[in-house]
Amino acid sequence: MSVSQPAYIHFGEYTQHVPEGIPQAVRQATQRFATNRAAVIADFPQWEQLRELGSAIRLHTIENLDHYLERLELAVQNQGGHVYWASTADEAREAVLKIAKSHRVALAVKAKSMATEEIGLNEALESENIRVVETDLGEYIIQLAGSGPSHIIVPAVHMRKEEIAALFSQKLGIEVPADPNKLTQVARQVLRERFLSATMGISGANFLVAETGTLVMVTNEGNGRMCTTLPDVHVAVVGIDKVVPDWKALSVLLKLLTRSATGQKLSTYIQFISGPRREEGEFGPKEFHLILLDNGRSKILKDPIGRQVLKCIRCGACANTCPVYQNVGGFAYGWFISGPIGAIFTPQILGPKVARELPFASTLCGACADVCPVKIPIPTILRHLRQRVVEGNGGIPSSIPGYLRLMAAFASGVLSNPWLYRFGSRFLGVFNRFEDRGWLTRMPFPFNRWTQVRPLPRFSNDFRAWWSRRELKSKGNDQ
Amino acid sequence: MYPSHVQLFITCLGDQFFSTTLKNMVKVLERVGVQPLFPAGQTCCGQPLYNNGFNEQTRPIARHFLEVFGQHKAPIVAPSASCVAMVRHHYPELFPEGTYEHALAMEVAHRTFEFTEFLVRVLQVADVGASYPHRVTYHASCHGLREMGLKAEAKVLLSHVRGLELVPLNEEEVCCGFGGAFSVTYPMVSQAMMENKVRNIIASGADTVVITEPGCLMNIAGGLRKAGSKVRAIHIIDILASTEGAL
Repeated sequence: MSVSQPAYIHFGEYTQHVPEGIPQAVRQATQRFATNRAAVIADFPQWEQLRELGSAIRLHTIENLDHYLERLELAVQNQGGHVYWASTADEAREAVLKIAKSHRVALAVKAKSMATEEIGLNEALESENIRVVETDLGEYIIQLAGSGPSHIIVPAVHMRKEEIAALFSQKLGIEVPADPNKLTQVARQVLRERFLSATMGISGANFLVAETGTLVMVTNEGNGRMCTTLPDVHVAVVGIDKVVPDWKALSVLLKLLTRSATGQKLSTYIQFISGPRREEGEFGPKEFHLILLDNGRSKILKDPIGRQVLKCIRCGACANTCPVYQNVGGFAYGWFISGPIGAIFTPQILGPKVARELPFASTLCGACADVCPVKIPIPTILRHLRQRVVEGNGGIPSSIPGYLRLMAAFASGVLSNPWLYRFGSRFLGVFNRFEDRGWLTRMPFPFNRWTQVRPLPRFSNDFRAWWSRRELKSKGNDQ
Repeated sequence: MYPSHVQLFITCLGDQFFSTTLKNMVKVLERVGVQPLFPAGQTCCGQPLYNNGFNEQTRPIARHFLEVFGQHKAPIVAPSASCVAMVRHHYPELFPEGTYEHALAMEVAHRTFEFTEFLVRVLQVADVGASYPHRVTYHASCHGLREMGLKAEAKVLLSHVRGLELVPLNEEEVCCGFGGAFSVTYPMVSQAMMENKVRNIIASGADTVVITEPGCLMNIAGGLRKAGSKVRAIHIIDILASTEGAL
């Protein structure tokens, strides 16, 4: 296990101390996206058919991933690009470092990449004295703040503009009013310098078109173009799940992506990169390197329920609609990918030892599945992963405490036996007497977990007796 | 065909906490000309175990349910969409296709209904002759809305209640934070979600919030009580049985 991956994700513990301000900032931003999304979709009459199509395309692709990845590799190589297969985060980092060292890179600029967050690339580069500067505004902010992303498309969503202004003043020595436009101008000035002096550009990708070996980036800031055209070397680190068969499929997914992510019909920029420049005078880098990151994805493919997580096109709509995410923010999910999609991705990649709490970090309300543009059945996968945590899977034993298993066995026995169930019910009335004496609210942990939040309703279980009396009476009347 | 009988599936939360609502359920069903039966051997649908990954431990409960309700052919009606979704969608998943249990689960699934669904879709009754002169707002429960597709049914019924004024609820379709075991696994998150729901309910200006789900009802009623609010949280069945202010 590498440094970029957490040893254990303490979701429950984090929820006890969510930093003040995070829920409010997150709610404000995500609800704006959700509202915009709803408006643009209301305008699109065949949205449901488009989702069906998108879902089918993604499922087909991940079920034939080997085929499309081989096509992609060939197409990229035919255009003069280099392709690397990284089965782990370590291998991916090594590959980037090797390229950087061979070009004596001192400064790299980076854009649009959750895959490099996944592998912890910045730390690896910096440990070799290669400076790397994030150029997406949100990524730039969290790099200055020294934190990870808290949302897959708006990594600094947890910060308010006042906090960002204070951060700029502290880290850059520039006093800026807490005005998004002014803050952007400052970042733009600082970053322009970096674009011109960097010798390596690093990016991720939204899609990789297998048919033509084309890397597709969907952005709104324009920094992606600078990163991938100005420096002489472009290195892209991309998850193997990002491949799409052809341009027809791509056009469907692009329509779904921008609408679901930000509520835009089209993002400001969509870049199509097909290899390095071929002759002098053309735009683009001299070298193009594509690092295909597996990092546990291929092992998911065997599981027909779990593998549907790989259909994800990283729009973030599930997080934007998730009431749990809105109240805890992205850091609670412990890794680069947060919200409902993180809750089904992370446990499958890092395993139950690290992420056993995440499948339970949901009320199963289903709002996420309703907005997912490729119809990932998130609640179904959450339940599936819960079952794995309980029962163990693939040689990993059950990772729940023994007392919970005992309680479940007990509940199973009582609830499948009407006599035991009714016998037990008789004693529940005693809680009303506890409540009258105010004992329920003073129960010790963990018995206070309901009552610390809200009072227990009174037990009111005389329906069965009422029904029996009624039956007796009606029989009496009949005779 | 208009059924002559229904089997009451009272659910374990109904059984333990909402006896008045269950009695009202009997009353409303009789009012619309359907004779309720009560299979007394029923317990719980097993959803709390199933939703938390204890599939193995859920099976005996599901078997018991199918045995109890499989004996009579009458439709099964419950005051909870969540429990109905468990029977309708998840029981068939618990048993391998081709087995007797799977076939039975499918057969029972097709005749198990949530209360408002049963009235509006099966009986095609919109007016049950109720009267409830209050400002009411409506919380859409997640499983009814998303697992069962029940969006309009409750509102259709409410629109025919005399004197009832339905006012909109901001974030009507956002989860209240109950989530079964979630409410005690992550109580702080559950609390934040519940408080958000309670704030919206109070801001709606209604004196009553109507809920179709015992779980949400426990959570929201408790939240309102804790907030010191006078807003009453009640099950839709209690409104449909009401004759308050009727002439």
